[in-house]
Amino acid sequence: MTLSSAADTPPASKVSRRDLLAGALVIGFATKNAAKAWAAEPNVPAANSAAGRGSGSDVPNFGLNGFVRIGRDGRILLVMPSTEMGQGIYTAEATLIAEELEIGLDQLEVVAAPPDAANYAQPLFKAQMTGGSTSIRGFWTPLRRAGAAARMMLVAAAAEQWKIDPEDCVAHRGVVSHAPTGRALAYSALVDFALRQQLPQDIPLKAPKDFKLIGSPLKRIDTPAKVKGAAIFGIDVVVPGMKVAAIAMCPVDGGRLRSLDDTATRKLPGVVDVIRIDDAVAVVGDHYWAAKTGLDALQIDWDPGPNAAMSSETIRNDQKTAASAGTPIKGLLNGDIDAAFAAAKARIDAVYELPFLAHATMEPINTTVHVRPDGCDIWVGTQTPVVAQLLAAKITGHEPEKVVVHNQLIGGGFGRRLQADTIEQAVLFARQVKYPLKLIWTREQDIRHDRFRPAYYDQIAAGLDEHGSPIVWTHRVTSGTVRKYFNAGGWPEGQLDKDAVDGSWDTPYDFPAIRVDWIRHDPPVKLNWWRGVGPTHNVFVVESFLDEVAHFAGRDPIDYRRHLLARTPRSLAVLNLAAEKARWSDPLPPRSGRGVSLHKNFDTHAAVIIEASVAPTGEIALRRIVAAVDCGIQINPDTIRAQIEGGLLFGLSAALYNGITFQAGQVQQGNFNDYRQLRINEVPPIDVHLVASDAHPGGMGEVGTVSAAPALANAVFAATGIRVRRLPFDRAMLATKDSA
Amino acid sequence: MLTININGDDHEIDAPDDMPLLWALRDLLLLTGSKFGCGIAQCGACTVHIDGRPVRSCVLPVGAIPGRKITTIEAIGATDAGRMIQEAWLGHEVVQCGYCQPGQIMAAAALLARNSAPDDAAIDAAMAGNICRCATYSRIRLAIKAAAKA
Repeated sequence: MTLSSAADTPPASKVSRRDLLAGALVIGFATKNAAKAWAAEPNVPAANSAAGRGSGSDVPNFGLNGFVRIGRDGRILLVMPSTEMGQGIYTAEATLIAEELEIGLDQLEVVAAPPDAANYAQPLFKAQMTGGSTSIRGFWTPLRRAGAAARMMLVAAAAEQWKIDPEDCVAHRGVVSHAPTGRALAYSALVDFALRQQLPQDIPLKAPKDFKLIGSPLKRIDTPAKVKGAAIFGIDVVVPGMKVAAIAMCPVDGGRLRSLDDTATRKLPGVVDVIRIDDAVAVVGDHYWAAKTGLDALQIDWDPGPNAAMSSETIRNDQKTAASAGTPIKGLLNGDIDAAFAAAKARIDAVYELPFLAHATMEPINTTVHVRPDGCDIWVGTQTPVVAQLLAAKITGHEPEKVVVHNQLIGGGFGRRLQADTIEQAVLFARQVKYPLKLIWTREQDIRHDRFRPAYYDQIAAGLDEHGSPIVWTHRVTSGTVRKYFNAGGWPEGQLDKDAVDGSWDTPYDFPAIRVDWIRHDPPVKLNWWRGVGPTHNVFVVESFLDEVAHFAGRDPIDYRRHLLARTPRSLAVLNLAAEKARWSDPLPPRSGRGVSLHKNFDTHAAVIIEASVAPTGEIALRRIVAAVDCGIQINPDTIRAQIEGGLLFGLSAALYNGITFQAGQVQQGNFNDYRQLRINEVPPIDVHLVASDAHPGGMGEVGTVSAAPALANAVFAATGIRVRRLPFDRAMLATKDSA
Repeated sequence: MLTININGDDHEIDAPDDMPLLWALRDLLLLTGSKFGCGIAQCGACTVHIDGRPVRSCVLPVGAIPGRKITTIEAIGATDAGRMIQEAWLGHEVVQCGYCQPGQIMAAAALLARNSAPDDAAIDAAMAGNICRCATYSRIRLAIKAAAKA
């Protein structure tokens, strides 16, 4: 299998609609107007592809939901609606189509969809976005229907040729055959006949028992090029005539460029231009090093603007004040809270705090843009190609269809590239020059000018009956809203941002009375999605506090949870499986402990048990991790395991080490030395156990991350008796008195 | 003009002596397999071999390397250790986003070339300088051990 490796395909700009009509079968689904399904408009080719430089392929911009393109040359091209950023989505989405199309993964090519919400919108968002662990949940049916519709038309075409009943034909590995007569035709030979078939209205899909590909640990289609260094990420794009820019940005968000002396810079060899926007300066060079050297020679005076005095202390104090003085917005209210607390035999309260977090993807922010009088090309890895297109159209004055977004493989997304602020910046610079311009941020800029996972202040309480069981539960979240940045016109005052309470108002547990609400307090810091924003925050608070309550009641934390799961048998099953596999009750050495977390976000149920030990110095060592996961129907069990393994460690990196802090308006962290990440020597064995299920597929990308911090915090409590209510973990708090 | 030997071939490059090898590879020779991750030798995404030893090309000036043989991810598959590591990487499906993996593979290939049976401590010592934000570490460990047995 190759990734868009059709080097022999002519540039799409030279491909007429007629050629495409004649040469390819283009299949849509849920087609309202069958004739339009064939209306493959010419599109601009991707200059670079995952298979390597120079092997770019053309992407027809299909008239209607075109996921399948079959050429008379034998090529089968699948258009991927979701962005590949490591999660394995190209393989999973190709598997869904191939299952019904009756081809193998070795027979197909994939290519990133162009910005085209009408055809490639994520059904769960109704927008063309990759995030929120939605890809498979939303495309599970549409992609199988696209594959099935194509197969039905190919089979019908063969049957018509042979003047037999389509029911008597079989499709297998790209060939339609008729066993009684021994006749067979490849899909490529059927294209012209299939073009004349009507799109089927009734598209039956396989029963799970008939799956050949779905459910198998098939090899990923994007990895062979990646191990050879041949895969092209956005930062690797090379466009003829391209120049490279290094940039300086105002160190305080909201500040402006006051003055600039570029005399010395302009004299340096390899420096091509110095260009500026309101809050940044770019030095353009023949190569990155010339640009970087030129940047270091600039004399820049910044006006830091209104956030010059901002610090973590002021932000935290303001948030605490808002938590007591702000107006709560209702999330969930069941039962009479006051009466239940009055009846409770005991009440416990706690406050939890979580920091701002950066994304720190391995691939630093970069964008390549060519603005011309007749249009604009953008080469970038983005989770929101339509947003990128519209922003560039607005800035350049071009019609959106003149802005071509060549979406690239992303070296880690984690939500960062759901915002297009960096693309906007690149276009603002690139419109000032005639050549294609590649902008590359440094690691320090990537972290300091990130848009952050919000900081949270949580007040949580429970009332217990005489058996220690919770009869009332309240949780108040105070935070800014991420949705403000994704909703035209901002986020309305007084309206619930569901993300703020996700993972809290939908726990697996049965609480007779429950209140979950949110106090909105937007900090003077720009916010963004992250890996499982709402659930990653709320499940840490809920699962840590439930552990507190269980210990208060003198009960085993797993047994305590079991009694609250009468209405969520899938959650109970994964909890029991994890406890069994982790040997929950086996004794451990001193200052070692096991902690559990359980949640059911993204339509997936996950129980994780972490075993950790805490040194007298307070240092935490991870010993073992066991996960039990029920995500419904599994598309690729190996990818699911990989997402759980990586997602857990991603969450643990943040819990152990990460928090963005501010001083004099500036982010204090900047690189992997002070924004640490887990390294291989810190990583314990991880066992992932999957539960077979026929339920609709659940999301995977964020599940492990959500489970991580609470399981570790509960393990640390089991090891030390110390409850960590603030992230990242404070080692000094965990040290014994002797070593303090 | 400087002459540097990359993957067995001499290349004349027009670069200042202080230009890091990483940018010479990426911008002058269009060998983009070696990645920019941190710029300060903290993450290992830029790892290449000099005379078989792993080095961080983001902090290595090109002026310091004439006469030395540089191997990059694009050619490591031509060595026994590199080929075995790449095959094990695919066999154990190590890769997620893949951005750090050229560096991981270069570090692992250097380890395997000098230690045919690395234990956990040897793997930790050789690989702890390479960050993976997808956190594929468990599979990296398994794949190195599998390559050693191959």
